[in-house]
Amino acid sequence: MSRLTLSGITVRYGGVKPLDDVSLAFESGVCGVIGPNGAGKTTTFNVLSGFALPVAGSVDLDGDDLLAVPAHRRARWGLRRSFQQEQVVRTLTARENVLLAAEHSGSPAADADRALDYVRLARPHRLGAELTMFERRLVDIASCVVGTPRLVLLDEPAAGLDPAESERLLGLITRIPEEVGALVLLVDHDMDLVRAACGTVAVLDFGRRIAAGPTLQVLSSPEVRKAYLGIDEEVTT
Amino acid sequence: MKQDFFSRTDVRGALVGLAVGLVLALGLPFLPGVGAGLALRTLTVCAIYALAAAGVGVLYGRLGLVSIMQIGLVAVGGWATLRIYHATHLPFEVVMVLAALVTAVVGVLVGLPALRLSGLSLAIVTLMVAGALEVLVTYAGFPNGGNGFLGRVSGGTLAVIMPRPGLGQSDDEFFRYVGVVVVVVLALLRWLLMVRPGRTWAAIRQGEAGAVSLGVNTVAHRLLALAVTSAVTGVAGALLAAGSGILDPASFKAQQSVLLFATVLIGGAFSLLGAVIGGLFFYGMPQLLSTVGLDGNLVFVVLGLGLVQAVTTAQAGIAGQLAELWRRLRPRLWPRPRREVTV
Ligand SMILES: Nc1ncnc2c1ncn2[C@@H]1O[C@H](COP(=O)(O)OP(=O)(O)O)[C@@H](O)[C@H]1O
Ligand SMILES: [Mg+2]
Repeated sequence: MSRLTLSGITVRYGGVKPLDDVSLAFESGVCGVIGPNGAGKTTTFNVLSGFALPVAGSVDLDGDDLLAVPAHRRARWGLRRSFQQEQVVRTLTARENVLLAAEHSGSPAADADRALDYVRLARPHRLGAELTMFERRLVDIASCVVGTPRLVLLDEPAAGLDPAESERLLGLITRIPEEVGALVLLVDHDMDLVRAACGTVAVLDFGRRIAAGPTLQVLSSPEVRKAYLGIDEEVTT
Repeated sequence: MKQDFFSRTDVRGALVGLAVGLVLALGLPFLPGVGAGLALRTLTVCAIYALAAAGVGVLYGRLGLVSIMQIGLVAVGGWATLRIYHATHLPFEVVMVLAALVTAVVGVLVGLPALRLSGLSLAIVTLMVAGALEVLVTYAGFPNGGNGFLGRVSGGTLAVIMPRPGLGQSDDEFFRYVGVVVVVVLALLRWLLMVRPGRTWAAIRQGEAGAVSLGVNTVAHRLLALAVTSAVTGVAGALLAAGSGILDPASFKAQQSVLLFATVLIGGAFSLLGAVIGGLFFYGMPQLLSTVGLDGNLVFVVLGLGLVQAVTTAQAGIAGQLAELWRRLRPRLWPRPRREVTV
C-alpha cells in the first residue's frame, strides 16, 4: 500500500490562500478529508492532480515527487480522481468512458471491462446522457479503479444520491484498497459515510489542518466539533 | 460484455452512410438531366466542399473549436497539388496524398500557438490566417507550369493545365472519381471518430479538467484534430485543382470561410451528413440562385436566415432534424417490433 505525504503545501489565488502551509500524511486504506465548505478539500485534490500549483511545499508518494509529474501524465503514473460534479462524457457510452480512462492510463482495454464488472453497471452500452446520476457515479468509480491505480481521489462521490445508493457506493469504495491495491482519499459531507468508510481522517478549516488521526477520535474532539458548529447535527447523528 | 461490432447503432449508421454515399457517387450521373451538364459539374464541386465542411464540422462539433480558415486551407491544398504536380508529374493520387500532408502541416503550424490559449483565440487566429492566405494566394497566384518556387509562367508563355486523373477524364467519370474519394475520406474520418481519437476528442469537448485527469494530453489531441481536418480539407483543394487543372485566387476569399462555417452550422456540425448538406449549401445555393435569375450574393441573406433558425431552434442542424424525422417515421414505415438491444 502506498504512503502519501503532503509537506507545507501553500496555494494562493490572488489574495486568497485556500491552503496555508498544510502538511498531511496518508498511510493505508480509505482516508477521509473533511471540513466545512471552502475549507480547501477540493483544492487539496487539485494540487494532487496538478490543476492547482502550490507556491510552496512538496508531495511525496512512495518516494516519487508528484509535483514534478505533468498533470496529464499523472494518470499513467497511477493517479485517478473523480470530481464533485461528475464528468461522464454524455456523447460516449458508459463503456467508452471507462475505456478512455484505461487507454490514457496505459492499461489494456480488458481492464475497462473488469472495472465495469467491479461496479456492476448494467447495460454499459448506453450513452452517458442516458444514465441516471447513480449510474454516472458508478462510471466515475469504474474509471477510478481501471488499470493499476496507486492513489484514488474521490471528491464527494455520493453527492446527489439517495441513502440506498450511497450505501451501495460505500461498499464499492471500501473494497478499493484490498481489491485494487490503491490508497483512497475520500472527501464527503455525509459523516455516516465518512465514519463507515474511513479509518483515519484529516480535518481542514480555512485552508489549515486542524486535526488528523483515527476517525472516531478526531470526530469527537472539541476543536473539530467547533469547526463544524454550523453542521453540528451531521457530526453527532 | 463485448457487443457485436455490427450491431452497434453508430457502426450501422456509418455503414448505411457509406453504402448510400457510394450509390450516389456512382449512380447520380445516370439520372436524366443530371449527367454531363451544369448540374453534374455543380454537384461535383459541392461534393468536394463537403470535405472542407467536414473539417469544420469535426473541429466544432467534436472539439468545440471554431476554425474560420478552411477555405484558405483548401487553397493551400490546391496550391500544393499544382506545385507538386508541375514539379514531379507524379500520378494524381500520389500528388493528392502529398498535398493533404502539406495542408496538415500548415494547419498544425497555424493552430499551434492558438491551442494553448482559449477556443476563442483559435477563431480569431484562423480568421486572420484566412485573410493572410487570401492575400498570399492573390499575390503569388497558383502554379501553372512556370519556373521557380511559385511556378508561374511569364511573358507570352502558355499556362500548363494539370490533366485530370486517368480514372476521371470525362465529367461523368470525374464526378464518380470525386464521389468515391469523398466517400472514402469521410468513411475514414467516421472511423476515426469511433475509435480512440474520437473518444478522446469527445472527452475534451465535455471538459478540459475531466479529460486531463483521465490522462489526456489535450494539446496533442487538439493538434491531431487540426492535422486530420486540415489533411481532409487539403484533399478538397487537390480535387478542385484536378477538376479544372488550374485555380483562380478569386475562389478563395476569406469571407468564403465564414460562409462555410455558417453552412456547417445549418447543415449540422455533429454529423458528417451535416457536412455533406453544408457543402451542398455552400456551393450549390449560389449556383441555384443564379440559375433562377437571382443575384448570387442573396446567398448571404438566405444563409443568414438559415443560421438564425439553426442557432435558435435546431442546434444539430438539418442533419439533426432529418435524424429526428427518421426516428419518428421509422416505426410506421417499418412496423416490426424492435428488438431490445441486449448486452
Ligand atoms: N480557482 C480558484 N480561484 C480563486 N479561488 C478559489 C479557486 N478555487 C478555490 N478557491 C477558493 O479556495 C477556497 C477553498 O475552496 P475548495 O478547495 O473548493 O473548498 P472545499 O473544501 O469546499 O472543496 C474557497 O474559498 C474558494 O473560494
Ligand atoms: Mg469541494
